[in-house]
Amino acid sequence: MLEIKDLYAGVDGTEIIKGISLSVKKGEIHAVMGPNGSGKSTLAKILSGHPAYEAMSGEILFDGKNLLDMDAEERSLAGIFMGFQYPVEVPGVNNAEFLRMAHNARRVKAGEEEIDPLDFDDLLSEKMKTLGMEKKYKERNLNDGFSGGEKKKNEILQMAILEPQLSILDETDSGLDIDALRVVSEGVNKLRNENNALILITHYQRLLDYINPDFVHVLSSGKIVKSGDKSLALELESQGYDWVTTVN
Amino acid sequence: MSEEQNSVSDILEDNTYKYGFTTDVESETFAKGLNEEVVRAISKKKNEPKFMLDFRLKAFEKWKTMTAPEWPNVHYPPIDFQDISYYSAPKQKKVLDSLDEVDPEVMRTFEKLGIPLDEQKKLANVAVDAVFDSVSVATTHKKKLMEVGIIFCSISEALQEYPELIEEYLGTVVPVGDNYYAALNSAVFTDGSFVYIPPDTISPMEISTYFRINTEETGQFERTLIICAENSYVSYLEGCTAPQFDTNQLHAAVVELVTLDNAEIKYSTVQNWYAGDKETGKGGIYNFVTKRGKCQGDNSKISWTQVETGSAITWKYPSCLLLGDNTTGEFYSVALTNGHMQADTGTKMIHIGKNTRSSIISKGISADYSSNSYRGQVKVGKNATNARNYSQCDSMLVGDKSSAHTFPYIETANNSVQVEHEAATSKISEDQLFYFESRGISRENAIEAVISGFCKEVFKQLPMEFAVEAQKLLTLKLEDSVG
Ligand SMILES: Nc1ncnc2c1ncn2[C@@H]1O[C@H](COP(=O)(O)OP(=O)(O)OP(=O)(O)O)[C@@H](O)[C@H]1O
Ligand SMILES: [Mg+2]
Repeated sequence: MLEIKDLYAGVDGTEIIKGISLSVKKGEIHAVMGPNGSGKSTLAKILSGHPAYEAMSGEILFDGKNLLDMDAEERSLAGIFMGFQYPVEVPGVNNAEFLRMAHNARRVKAGEEEIDPLDFDDLLSEKMKTLGMEKKYKERNLNDGFSGGEKKKNEILQMAILEPQLSILDETDSGLDIDALRVVSEGVNKLRNENNALILITHYQRLLDYINPDFVHVLSSGKIVKSGDKSLALELESQGYDWVTTVN
Repeated sequence: MSEEQNSVSDILEDNTYKYGFTTDVESETFAKGLNEEVVRAISKKKNEPKFMLDFRLKAFEKWKTMTAPEWPNVHYPPIDFQDISYYSAPKQKKVLDSLDEVDPEVMRTFEKLGIPLDEQKKLANVAVDAVFDSVSVATTHKKKLMEVGIIFCSISEALQEYPELIEEYLGTVVPVGDNYYAALNSAVFTDGSFVYIPPDTISPMEISTYFRINTEETGQFERTLIICAENSYVSYLEGCTAPQFDTNQLHAAVVELVTLDNAEIKYSTVQNWYAGDKETGKGGIYNFVTKRGKCQGDNSKISWTQVETGSAITWKYPSCLLLGDNTTGEFYSVALTNGHMQADTGTKMIHIGKNTRSSIISKGISADYSSNSYRGQVKVGKNATNARNYSQCDSMLVGDKSSAHTFPYIETANNSVQVEHEAATSKISEDQLFYFESRGISRENAIEAVISGFCKEVFKQLPMEFAVEAQKLLTLKLEDSVG
């Protein structure tokens, strides 16, 4: 589904990603861990098409298509979703309306008619229920004045509405309280199927207790320095990053 | 990342001023220059009653003693008033009883602007007075309005047909010497619209005037007078465009509104004059306008809604004089500046009667190198017991080279008054747009959503079709300024 080949990328001419290759297949869950500033969010932004970040060399294929030729809107419509580490606030734009716009953009792309607003309201209520979210998420403006945890929950609500093929969740777990972490994780698990895939960026083993990764990668200074299975996360938890970054 | 994403300048092509064309019509234009002879000639050309000539001459005498205001936060070289022509009219037979007599080129111009005037195509629910350079060329739905006693015609025609109404009201809201540009307008105005709503009448349709400047060296000085008698209501719309010239054209209008007991006037404007070249700032309209409403009768209401999106320089303060008891004044404004535009706009709410209320909602959007100032005055007289004002002035900055300024003035001479003022500044950022795009929403729809969210309270005041138009217009203007 996703094929990253020897990718070098950065921002403002500074190289941050220094030669990453990664292959993600349908149905897989990949966890990406690594110290602060190692390039995890940069990788997520490159994948989702942030205009400020640029690939210097290498290739990214998504379902065989060259991802680097597509803008953020096209990538989203093609099935890529990024849960932001720091979701931006947009005052004046109602959250439910924003979600409906996003949902309709997909329908229009698929050649379907826009959804009836009342039907969308039903759909939204149902998704919110599975994620244990209160009514205020419909009424308030997009992330406007949301607490850190509320913003993260709202990202997952968007994921639930958009049903992407590939979701990249950038530290969705940080900021969530213990109960919210469990509910959100269960929500993410419910959205999983054999046709979609997940890249989880996290600092904490705790998330991986709920969402079971097939692979764990450690990113350090823009490179994947170690890959393994779930046990790698446990080792990191007990030994810290020094252990892997010095091994290499 | 892909190149198209960044080079929003691609969109620029659609984004150039689409009303920038000129129309080739045979017209009669006065030689440039301004003196008493010119003032007399305009009056004579229009065959005006004596009181009108006296009004003009008095205004001209007054204007000669005045100087251009320097307090607005706008900058431009001094205007050479001798280098402007004060009268230009498409040649046509004298009285326009039927639209067949209007120059077909002029008709086509309005059609191109989305304002079809001929009987078959005219807008069903809006009566339009079309003003081309200095004169009104056509007014639609006149007869239908007349059936309920509503007078809607050009002010030139009103001077012939209803001189007593004009004499009674003209200059009572904006006196001839009110300010420099109002005095100039009072001396040389050539046309505009006149509306009279008789007592106990709700206008069966929207009434509107569409102004079009066509000639390069002609100033447009239009004059609008709307009188709404006891227990009546009218909603009035005004639209404007001008061709693209390298030189600046002066537009100095005066609008006067009067409401008698229990009457209400709702006045909406979408202003899209040519704003000059986006990169160099060359050309564009100087929009120096005096708009004022007088709530003369008790319980009456005047509401101004404006969406200002064009003009090189805007200097405009639609105001309310709350004379009667329990009167209400409202001002809802969206002012967008981009390129090198400069706007100094706002309102004055003068509370004189008891229990008078006013509210001001102003939304300024500044992009590129533009400067956008809100200037508002709330003045409460000593007899205005229990007067109330609420003001909210928000600014939105797009990019980091534009500026926004707020100048609120509050003056109260009465202790029972409640005045509330709120202000906020926000920014539309590349990160916000990326957020939308990363959810599959186009950049255009994203800008539209953010802007319409910001302007919600103002757009809600506009008639439906106008609101949609206004929203599209703002989006189009901002598309290549964000980022
Ligand atoms: N827009 C930018 N401008 C300048 N430097 C940037 C920018 N974005 C990222 N960087 C730099 O690139 C490096 C990697 O940042 P990134 O946000 O990808 O790290 P991260 O692995 O997500 O860290 P964290 O765990 O703290 O979220 C950092 O040194 C950061 O300062
Ligand atoms: Mg990060």
